Amino acid sequence: MSGEKVNVVWLGSPTFPNAAHEALQDAQLRRNLKHATTTIRDKRLRAVAELDDWETLRLAGSQIKDRVMRHLDEYLLRLEASVTAAGGVVHWAEDAAAATRIVADLVRAQGTDEVVKVKSMATQEIGLNEALAADGITATETDLAELIVQLDDDRPSHILVPAIHRNRTEIRDIFRREMGKNGVPAPDGLTDEPRVLAEAARRHLREKFLRAKVAVSGANFACADTGTVGVVESEGNGRMCVTLPETLITVMGIEKVLPSFTDLEVFLQLLPRSSTAERMNPYTSLWTGVTPGDGPQEFHLILLDNGRSATLADREGRSALHCIRCSACLNVCPVYERTGGRSYGSVYPGPIGAVLTPQLVGVGSSEHADSLPFASTLCGACFDACPVRIDIPEMLVHLRAKVVDAHRQDRLPKPEALAMKGARVVFGSPRRLALAEKLGALGGRVAGIRGGRWLPGPARKWTAARDVPVPARESFRAWWRKAGRP
Amino acid sequence: MRVALFIACYNDALFPDTGKAVTTVLERLGHTVEFPMAQTCCGQMHYNTGYRREAESLVGAFNDAFRGYDAIVTPSGSCGGHVRHHHGTETAPNVHEFSEFLVDVLGVTDVGAYYPHRVTYHPTCHSLRMLRVGDKPLQLLRAVEGIDLVELPEAESCCGFGGTFAMKNSETSIAMLQDKMANVGKTEADTLCASDNSCLMHIGGGFGRIKSGVRTLHLAEILAATR
Repeated sequence: MSGEKVNVVWLGSPTFPNAAHEALQDAQLRRNLKHATTTIRDKRLRAVAELDDWETLRLAGSQIKDRVMRHLDEYLLRLEASVTAAGGVVHWAEDAAAATRIVADLVRAQGTDEVVKVKSMATQEIGLNEALAADGITATETDLAELIVQLDDDRPSHILVPAIHRNRTEIRDIFRREMGKNGVPAPDGLTDEPRVLAEAARRHLREKFLRAKVAVSGANFACADTGTVGVVESEGNGRMCVTLPETLITVMGIEKVLPSFTDLEVFLQLLPRSSTAERMNPYTSLWTGVTPGDGPQEFHLILLDNGRSATLADREGRSALHCIRCSACLNVCPVYERTGGRSYGSVYPGPIGAVLTPQLVGVGSSEHADSLPFASTLCGACFDACPVRIDIPEMLVHLRAKVVDAHRQDRLPKPEALAMKGARVVFGSPRRLALAEKLGALGGRVAGIRGGRWLPGPARKWTAARDVPVPARESFRAWWRKAGRP
Repeated sequence: MRVALFIACYNDALFPDTGKAVTTVLERLGHTVEFPMAQTCCGQMHYNTGYRREAESLVGAFNDAFRGYDAIVTPSGSCGGHVRHHHGTETAPNVHEFSEFLVDVLGVTDVGAYYPHRVTYHPTCHSLRMLRVGDKPLQLLRAVEGIDLVELPEAESCCGFGGTFAMKNSETSIAMLQDKMANVGKTEADTLCASDNSCLMHIGGGFGRIKSGVRTLHLAEILAATR
C-alpha cells in the first residue's frame, strides 16, 4: 500500500459507506476493535474520575486553544523568534509538497539517505515517508505500532494505536515475515507474547537508532514564549530520536503552538489521561533550540499549513483545530468501533477525522470527503470525551450543511434532496400534514397487507434488517380532533 | 399551568398511542393538556441532515404554535433537544422532555402505573447527552408497581439509528443495532423501554425482523398502564 499518494487522505478512497461495507465483513477486525476500544474506554473513565477538577481543566484547555486560534499569526511569529534565538531554524510550509521538499533537502544536506522517525500525525498527513522514498531516502518508524504498520506495508487505523486492527498473532507473523527484509530479523522461535514481540522490535530498531544521523519528529506542543518544543510518548523511542542524531527535523501543524510554557500545566494533564488513560505518559521530551555538546546540534522546525488557514477562516469549523490528537473520541465512537479507522480513508480517522478531513482537503473536493460528516449518528459520546471540548456533533451538522449547500445547484438533485424539500412543503401547513398522514395510513395498510417488511428503492436500506413501522390508521391529530379535545 | 403537548411529527403519524399515553398520565396527575393543532415538525431531521435552510423555515411556525404555554411537553428526547439547543426562540426554553417534566417540573416519580413485566431501559443518546436527563426515566420506572426492571448491558452505547444515518450508512447502523439487540437479549426482558420512538422504531424493526417477541414500548405507555 505504501507509495500511494497521500495528502491527508489516501487519494481515490471510497466513500465511507462503501469502505465500511468491506470492514464490516471482517469478523476478526470487529473482535479486535471491540476488545481494544472497550478496554481503553473503561480505563479512561477511571483515569479521568481521579481528578476532581477535570471539567475545569477541559474548560481551560478549550479557552487556551480559543485564544491561540484568535491570535494564531501573532503566536507563530513569536514562536519563530524564540526558536531562532535558541539556535534553531524555522521553515514555513504552505502545503504538503513544500514541507516534504524542505525535509528531503535537509536530509540530503547531511549526506545521508536514511532517517529515524518518532510517530507523528503531521508527517503522515503530508505523506512524508512516501515522498522521501521517491527521493531515495528510507524513513524508519520507531514507534512499535507504527513499525508494525510500516513493515506490513499497511495503513494505520488509529491516531494513537495505529495497529489497533491487528492482534498479537498477526503481529508475530508480520515480524517473522518482514523484519529480515528491512534490517535485523526477528529471532528464531518468536512467540506472540507481548514482551517477546517488544524485544524483537527493540533489537530491530536499536541499530537504526545508533546509525541515524537525522531524525524526524512531530510536535505535541510548541511554546511561543520560550521556543520549547515537546513530544509525549510511551516507549522511549521518541527520546532516542530527539537526543541521539546530529540533526533533528520537526514537522508541526501551525495550530499546535501554545502561548506560554506554563500552558503545558493544563495539556500535560489532559492529554495522557485522555489518550492512554495514564496519569502521566512515560516519556515527555522538551527541547529548546540546540544546546552545545548535548543532543542534536542542528534543529529545524517546519511550520505546516496544509489547509489549516482555510479551516481557521470558518468560524463554526475552526475548533477542529483545537484537537490535541488524544484519540479519546475514536475510542468512544460507536461507528469507529464497528468500522475501524481505515474506512475513513484519511490519516485522521474517527469523529475528529470526520470533521477535520473535509475541512483540510475542502468540502466538495471529493465524494469521499463529503461522505465523512455523515459517518456519525450524532450520539454525542465524542463531545463528552474530548479533553478540549470540541463540539464534534455540532460541527458534523455544520459540515453536512456545507455539503448539502454545495449541491443545491446540481442539475439532477439527489432523491434525498427532493424528499427533504417535499417534507418541508408538507410540514409547511398542518392541513397538508393531516392529508399526508391520511394518505400514509392508506398506503401503510396496503403495505401492511403485504407484511410491511420489504420496500423498494432507497427504502430497501431500511428493510434490509428492519421491519417498517406501518402508519397508524388514525393519526394522533385526527384522534384528538374527533375526540373534541382542546 | 398551561401545558401543551408537542408530539413530534413521526409520533403523530406512526405512534399516536404514545401521545395518548402522555395525555393519560398528565391528566391522571390533574393537569389539562392542550394540543395546538398548528404544530407540524420542529425541523430536526432537516437540520441534522444538512438542510439548514429548510429547518430554519420551520422554526417560526413552531414558535407561533406554542406561544403562551407555560410548559411544552414532548415524548421525543431528540426533538426536544433540537428545539432547546437550536431554535433560539422564546418558546424553546419551555420545552421539556416527558421524564424531565414529570420529575423536575411536577416533582413526581410515582405516577400510579402498573406494568407486571420484565423491562430493560435504553437511554437514547439525545436525551442522555443533549438534554442530560440522567436517571429520571429510571426513577419513574422504578416506581411502577409490578415491574421487574433489569439493567441493560452497555446501555449508553448508541443503537445505531441516528436519523438519516440509518439509511445513508445502513450497514454500520445495522451492525450497531445487532449489538444492541444482543444486549437486550442478555437481560431476558420481554419489554425494551426508551424515551424516544425514533430509536425504538429502529430497534423494534430489528426485533420484528427476527421475530424475537421482545416488545418495544415508549416510557409514557408504561407509565400510562394501570391495573
